Amino acid sequence: MKFAYFPGCSLKGLGRAYEESLLPVMRHLGLELEELDDWNCCGATAYMAVDEAKACVLAARNLALAERSGRDQLLAPCAACYLVLNKTKHYFHDYPAMKATIDRALAAVDLAYAGDTAVRHPLDVLVNDVGLDAIRQKVVRPLRGLKVATYYGCQLVRPYATFDDPYNPVTMDRLVEALGATVVRYPLKTKCCGGSLTGTVPEAGIRMVYILLNEARKRGADCLATVCPLCQFNLDAYHAQVRSEYGDVIVPTVYFTQLMGLAFGLPEKQLGLHRAAVPLRWRPPVPEVAHA
Amino acid sequence: MVSLKPEIRIGFYVCHCGHNIASMVDCADVAAYVGQLPGVVLARDYKYMCSDPGQELIQKDIAEFGLNRVVVASCSPLLHEHTFRAAVAAGGLNPFLFHMVNIREHASWVHTDRAAATAKAKVLARAAIRRAALARELPQRQIPINPGVLVVGGGIAGIHAALTLAEAGKHVWLIEREASIGGHMAKFDKTFPTLDCAACILTPKMSAVGAHPNITLWSHSDVVQVDGYVGNYTVKVRRRPRYVNEELCTGCQECIGNCIYKEPKFPDEFNEGLGKRKPIHIPFPQATPQVVLIDPQVCLNFKRGVLTDRCKKTCVEACGDRKAIDFTQKEETKEIQVGAIIVATGFKPFDVRRVPQYGYGTYPNVYTALEVERLVNASGPTAGEIVLRDGRRPSAIAIIHCVGSRDKKTNRWCSRVCCMYSMKLAHLLKEHSGAELYNFYIDIRAPGKGYEEFYDKLNEEGVHFIRGRVGEVTDWAMIPEEEGKLVIRVEDTLAGVVRRIPVDMVVLATGLEPHADAQAVRRLFNMSCGTEGFFLERHPKLAPVSTFTDGVYIAGCCQGPRDIPDTVAQAGAAAAEALALIDRGHILQEPNTAHVLADCSGCKSCLPLCPYTAIGFDEATHQAVINEALCKGCGTCVAACPSGSIGQHLFEDDEVFSEIEGLLTADPEPTPALAATP
Ligand SMILES: Cc1cc2nc3c(=O)[nH]c(=O)nc-3n(C[C@H](O)[C@H](O)[C@H](O)COP(=O)(O)OP(=O)(O)OC[C@H]3O[C@@H](n4cnc5c(N)ncnc54)[C@H](O)[C@@H]3O)c2cc1C
Repeated sequence: MKFAYFPGCSLKGLGRAYEESLLPVMRHLGLELEELDDWNCCGATAYMAVDEAKACVLAARNLALAERSGRDQLLAPCAACYLVLNKTKHYFHDYPAMKATIDRALAAVDLAYAGDTAVRHPLDVLVNDVGLDAIRQKVVRPLRGLKVATYYGCQLVRPYATFDDPYNPVTMDRLVEALGATVVRYPLKTKCCGGSLTGTVPEAGIRMVYILLNEARKRGADCLATVCPLCQFNLDAYHAQVRSEYGDVIVPTVYFTQLMGLAFGLPEKQLGLHRAAVPLRWRPPVPEVAHA
Repeated sequence: MVSLKPEIRIGFYVCHCGHNIASMVDCADVAAYVGQLPGVVLARDYKYMCSDPGQELIQKDIAEFGLNRVVVASCSPLLHEHTFRAAVAAGGLNPFLFHMVNIREHASWVHTDRAAATAKAKVLARAAIRRAALARELPQRQIPINPGVLVVGGGIAGIHAALTLAEAGKHVWLIEREASIGGHMAKFDKTFPTLDCAACILTPKMSAVGAHPNITLWSHSDVVQVDGYVGNYTVKVRRRPRYVNEELCTGCQECIGNCIYKEPKFPDEFNEGLGKRKPIHIPFPQATPQVVLIDPQVCLNFKRGVLTDRCKKTCVEACGDRKAIDFTQKEETKEIQVGAIIVATGFKPFDVRRVPQYGYGTYPNVYTALEVERLVNASGPTAGEIVLRDGRRPSAIAIIHCVGSRDKKTNRWCSRVCCMYSMKLAHLLKEHSGAELYNFYIDIRAPGKGYEEFYDKLNEEGVHFIRGRVGEVTDWAMIPEEEGKLVIRVEDTLAGVVRRIPVDMVVLATGLEPHADAQAVRRLFNMSCGTEGFFLERHPKLAPVSTFTDGVYIAGCCQGPRDIPDTVAQAGAAAAEALALIDRGHILQEPNTAHVLADCSGCKSCLPLCPYTAIGFDEATHQAVINEALCKGCGTCVAACPSGSIGQHLFEDDEVFSEIEGLLTADPEPTPALAATP
């Protein structure tokens, strides 16, 4: 399987560990990712709030590039990119005025978008295309004993519940269980991570981070697993502020791809685990080898 | 073009239907146009053709102008074909010399351009005139009606309909899928708004059904096939084995006490799985019929439904000389003949797992309303004590309204009874547990006799009402008081705040849905379903218990959500309609049967095609023969005959072709441009 790959800004910056772990895991499962040539900002965050049409035009350029690349599926690992690209595709089909704006803008740079590219999230591809059986077969160091709170954040399944339930998504739960770990029931799995509030209204943002970390700790989770670089950043980078407001709540937050890498026995250096402020120290037990 | 015989004298009438037609079709213009067509003796437009004066007009014109064909352009034949055929017959003509053309549903209601709609009405009328010119006199056959009635579903609707008919002296077959009749009502403790005991008012009717000489009750049975037509239905019923002979079982239940399983072990369906039963059981104490049954999936004497003879059969010993237990009982198919059918299959509660945010299945103390009906019931699994699944007793209880109702993501309709039963349950739960009660509602809908007063009473009792659709039920505690509780997160839309309310128990007021097999049942009885999947009545106001199939009626929640008073009223109405049909004694058959023409070559290709096995073969003449009594006029053989040697009354080839010519003729007159010129 070959996919066009849209890393977005985070996976090249603060969220490097996501890309670092995603690429070897996908390769290990025989999936080829071909990074879009000359991609640009997906259009998320402030753009969307200030000028929706411009944000959609930005996103549409990436969709047009994907189409030109000849791949019919575009992989967008960042939940924000995933949402904006999907939203743009919906708007393009649903609102003729938006389609006209996009067509005009793309034409100005000799691009065109037909509206066909499927925007996919790696979680969806891994569980629904590759399948849990194929993933289980690759597990050489089952994550036995690791308790994981699966945290989906707000953007992956809302408002477009493309591959999972918007209230109670379970795809990551099933994946993490296939890796041998235990999923703790985490009712906050789709609550907001604070988003950009950690920067703009810190009291509110830090409170949300605290709530998420505290609930994970109360439920005995060894770590939170996430699909989104912004969630990972918020839950990882503000431990000091959380401590000074509410006391220590130390729970590491990892990308689900990092857990996969650990279970597949990929070299740790490849997985970017060291990049976190509060890194996951736990390692899967080395399987006993029977001696004849 | 078919030349008109000189004696054809057609009268044409175009109806205004008030503004329904006249506002979009120029009726006078249509009449003027049709008036000059060949064969038309007179053409009139009139405000309401279906009114008495309208019908009298036709009769008068027949006499005065010597009309021998009548065409009315008005609404759908479904509504008034019968009316006008009767008027024509009263005027002395054979009713099949009348033809009706629909310019309301097919023209005025569906168009917005008056000139074009008028032109279309003219074309439709012209086609009808051509067809009518060739209409033949046809005899109408009288067919006797079988006085028996089939009632499907033994909820309160089916019970009430069956008893009404039986009291009127008709024989009723009541077919119930479950082991006992009673439906949902049998599970309730009390009924709103009067809080009268459900069992006290229902069980006398149930035993009356069981004892009535005019009622044959077959429970644990399904209707599997329905053939025939109004007045003469042949119905096949599958009687599933209960491994207990109904004639021999006295209902003493000694077998249950002596079952090899000392303790009840298997989820008890009647108690919504809250209690346990044995493999041999009776659904509930007042079950009708009072006959036990064996569940072969769990009985030791079977292995996954297959007889093994592994058990010591202590039940058989206990039954002794009564010899009612019969492990070899097989499924049986019975055939019955009835004249009318009442479908009263009820509803299915909404599956609350479709709204995972309310935590059913995740949090043990989240209940469906029906489970709570059993929990508050003195004969329920806890004898009416409010003991939760985890053994605790609640001090605060939330009832969430509209779960699976008024929700675009699940079901859009209002289920009509949930506000009222939620208040009933609030009252009962408070009475039984002393807990604080919170109702979370969108709007309170209490439109019935004594219903608003019941709401007032609940307010006086101190039950809390919070307006807002609940966002989620969670065990995520933010403060110590919430630890170990279920937290209701809701926007209180009257106070304008988001609330978190900790409770011990949550009740989901589940909406009412059509059964999962509603489509299959619909096909079985040749009915229609509305968009939501409930069975469709013939007319929402004026024929609420009839269906589009003559002789098939509907009653109760299978037609849409409603409470018990409305269900009983509707069941009575369905019984009355069935009686009116049966007591007529006979029906007039539509003479639309097929007939074999002289040039039949005897190829027999029509024989296997007939769905009603109405076609035989005459070896002497070497031709097909159609039994008119069996033919339903479906037209399959007519279309299939390779030599065109089968005709069909009311749909003869020349009639239909002539009508098509009328539609397609390049006549310049009815174009919009011309029609608009004065
Ligand atoms: C929790 C709850 C509480 C309620 N409380 C009240 C109340 O207090 N007061 C009130 O007025 N109303 C109340 N109602 C509404 C009430 O339940 C209905 O008005 C009533 O049950 C409708 O009766 P019915 O006979 O149409 O349907 P049902 O009660 O559903 O009975 C239908 C019967 O048909 C049988 N059946 C289904 N399909 C087939 C088939 N294919 N072949 C043969 N048999 C079949 C079923 O087994 C069942 O026995 C309540 C509803 C709910 C959900």
